[in-house]
Amino acid sequence: MTGTPTLTPAPQPLLIVDDLSVHRGAAKILDRVKLTVEKGETLALVGESGAGKSTIATALMGLLSGAKVEGHAELEGTGDLLSLPSKQLVKLRGQRISMIFQDAGAALNPAYTVGRQLISALRRNLGLSRRDARARAVDLFSSVGINDAEARLSAFPHQLSGGMQQRVMVAIALACNPDLLLADEPTSALDVTIQAQIVRLILSQTRARGASCIFVLHDLALASQSCDRIVVLYAGQVVECGPARDVLERHRHPYTRQLKSCVLEIGRQDLEAPEGTVPSHDSMPPGCRFATRCPRALPRCAAEMPPLTPASDDRDGASDHAFACWNPE
Amino acid sequence: MTRTRSEPLRDKPAANTPVFELIDVEKTFQVPKPGRRFSRETVGLKALDGVRLRINDGASLALVGESGSGKSTLLRVLLGLDAPTDGRANYRGRPISDVRSKGTEFARDVALVYQDARGSLDPRMTVGALIAEPLRHFGIVSREEEPARVAQLLDRVGLPVDSAQRYPSGLSGGQVRRVAIARALASEPSVLVADEAVSGLDVSTQAQLLTLLRGLQQDMGLTLVFITHDLGVASYLCEKIAIMYLGRIVETGATNDVLAAPAHPYSAALRAAAPRFFEPLPEPLPGEIPSPLDLPKGCRFSTRCPSVKGDCRTRDPYLAQHGVGRSVACLHPLSDGEGLPLVSDADMSSPAAADIQNQTDTPLSRD
Repeated sequence: MTGTPTLTPAPQPLLIVDDLSVHRGAAKILDRVKLTVEKGETLALVGESGAGKSTIATALMGLLSGAKVEGHAELEGTGDLLSLPSKQLVKLRGQRISMIFQDAGAALNPAYTVGRQLISALRRNLGLSRRDARARAVDLFSSVGINDAEARLSAFPHQLSGGMQQRVMVAIALACNPDLLLADEPTSALDVTIQAQIVRLILSQTRARGASCIFVLHDLALASQSCDRIVVLYAGQVVECGPARDVLERHRHPYTRQLKSCVLEIGRQDLEAPEGTVPSHDSMPPGCRFATRCPRALPRCAAEMPPLTPASDDRDGASDHAFACWNPE
Repeated sequence: MTRTRSEPLRDKPAANTPVFELIDVEKTFQVPKPGRRFSRETVGLKALDGVRLRINDGASLALVGESGSGKSTLLRVLLGLDAPTDGRANYRGRPISDVRSKGTEFARDVALVYQDARGSLDPRMTVGALIAEPLRHFGIVSREEEPARVAQLLDRVGLPVDSAQRYPSGLSGGQVRRVAIARALASEPSVLVADEAVSGLDVSTQAQLLTLLRGLQQDMGLTLVFITHDLGVASYLCEKIAIMYLGRIVETGATNDVLAAPAHPYSAALRAAAPRFFEPLPEPLPGEIPSPLDLPKGCRFSTRCPSVKGDCRTRDPYLAQHGVGRSVACLHPLSDGEGLPLVSDADMSSPAAADIQNQTDTPLSRD
C-alpha cells in the first residue's frame, strides 16, 4: 500500500517462481520469469497485452493446456507446483491457491445458482455438511458485501450485475481461506465506481485472512494504489520488479518509463505516444524483447538477454528492486 | 485533406447555429414488464429524460457516465438512429429525422467510429476496399483517384500504405481502430462521433490513438463527440464534458473546470474513483446504479449520494446554471474542492478553459 511499503522480506516467501518459461508451438510466450511472493503481500503483475501476465497466473493454477511449461514454482510447504501430479493439484486449488477471473459472468456456471456453486466448493474442499456449508455461504456472501445474502444464494449468475458477479467470485475464491489469491484483471470489465468497490473488497478480504495476492493489472496507477510490489512484464519477460515506489518512481528500465508515461492522469495534456508495437512471436529477438522499440538500445541488447540486476537504490536495507537492462536509466 | 465540396447543409443556418442541439429530449423504450417474461405487457423505460445539450461547430465534447447512464442512447439520437419520444433534436437548426430523410448529406457529414471497431469492418473485404467503400458510396472521388485517396487516408491515420491489401483479421486491435477512423474520415465529415474508440486497448496503443485523434481534430477542425468512461481520456481530448447519470446530464462545462472542482457529487465520485499514482484508494460510492425501471424518488442520485440531504429524496433537481459556462443538476452543489480530498493539482485550470467558456455560452439550464 501507500505510505510505508513493507520492505522487510519475510523469512520465507510463500511462492518462488524460478525461470518459468511457457512455449506454445514455436512461440515462447513466457521467457525465464522469476518472481517471489512474500507472505501477506500484494504483488502486481503489470504490462500490456501479450506480456504474459495472465499466462503466469494460469500456469501457476495448472490450467494451461496445450502449452509446454518449464521451470519451477515452489509453494511453501508443497513443493514445485509445476511438477505436481494433477490429483494433488486439484486438491490445492481452492484450498491453497485460488483464482478470480476477469470475466466473472463467464467464469460462473450459468446453469447453477450462485449459492450452489459456492456451497459445492465449501462441501468439497472443507467437507462441511449441507447445512453448515449453507450457513457458511451466507456469512461469506455478507462479508463480501452482498445484501440479502440468504436470498441471493438462489440467484442465477445472469440475475446479478457485473459487480455482484465479481463479489460472488471473490466469495468462492476465498471460501477455503487460500494462502494465495490470483486475481486476473478482476475489475477491467466493471465501471469505475464498482471497480473501486471490488479492489477494496479483494484487498480487505485477503488482508483479513493474512493471504497473499497476485493482482494482474494493466493500470499502473491502480497498481501503485493497491499493491506492495510490482513486477513489470514485456512480451513474456520480467523487465523490472520491486517495491511499488521504487519501480514507479526510481525505475531503471526504459520500458517502465514508457509504460508510466502513457498513463493518462486527469488534467494531463502532454501525452507522447511511443512508436511501434510489440513484435510478433516469430520475430522476437533472442535477447531483450523490448530492444526493437527501445530508445536506449545497444547492439548487444537484441542478441543477449540481460540478467535481473539489483538496483541498489540509495536506501538502507535490502530492497529487492531489480531490472533487466544492459543500458539502464 | 482540404474540404472543397459544396456544403448545402452548412451555408443555410446562421453562423452561430450549433451543430447539434438537443432540447428536453426524452427517449422511452417499451420493454417487457419485469418478472413477466411471457406476457405482452410492456412498461416504458426512460433511457433519456430531459436532456439538453448544445454542441457548437469545432467543439469537442466528452460524454461520460457508467453503463446504464444513457450515453449510447444519446448517441443514437444524435445520429438519428432513434427518434426522441419527446423533445427536439436538431442538426444545424433542422430536426435530425428531417435531415436524414432528405438525402445522404447527413450521413456524409456525421461520421461514426464504432465501439467494436473489428465488428464494424467486413472481414472479407481488404482494408483498401473498406476505405474505398464510403468514397464510392458518397461519390467523393472518381474511380481513378480512389487508390491515391485510400493511400492518403491510410497515411493520415498512421498506417503503412501496403496495409490496403491486408484483411482486418491480420491487423492488431490498434490498427483496426485506425482503419475504422480512416473509414469514418473518408466521407470528409465535419463531425466525428466516437463511441469508446480507445477503450480496451493497451496504454501505449491508446496513447498513439489519442494523439492521432487530437491531431485530426485540430488539423481538420472536426467537431468531436467522444463517448468514454475514462476521465483522463476526456480531459486530454475534449474541451467540454457532459457527465450523465440514469438518463440525465448531471453536470456539464469546460472539462478542466468540472474535473478540477466538480459541483455534482456524482462527478466528484467519478473523479475520486479514477486511479491516481500512490493516492490512497478512495472510499467508493456505495451501491450500484439503480434500474431505470424503478427510478428513485427525488434526485436520481440520492440513493448513492454521500452528501444527500432531506429534500434530495423528494425534489428532483434539473440542470441549472452554475458559474460561467457550467451547469449542474443538484440541489446542494459542492463548493470548490468540497468532497474532493484528493485534488491537489493547481495546474488543472488552464488558460484555454476560460476561452472556451466565453466562446460557448451554454444555455443548458431549463429556465
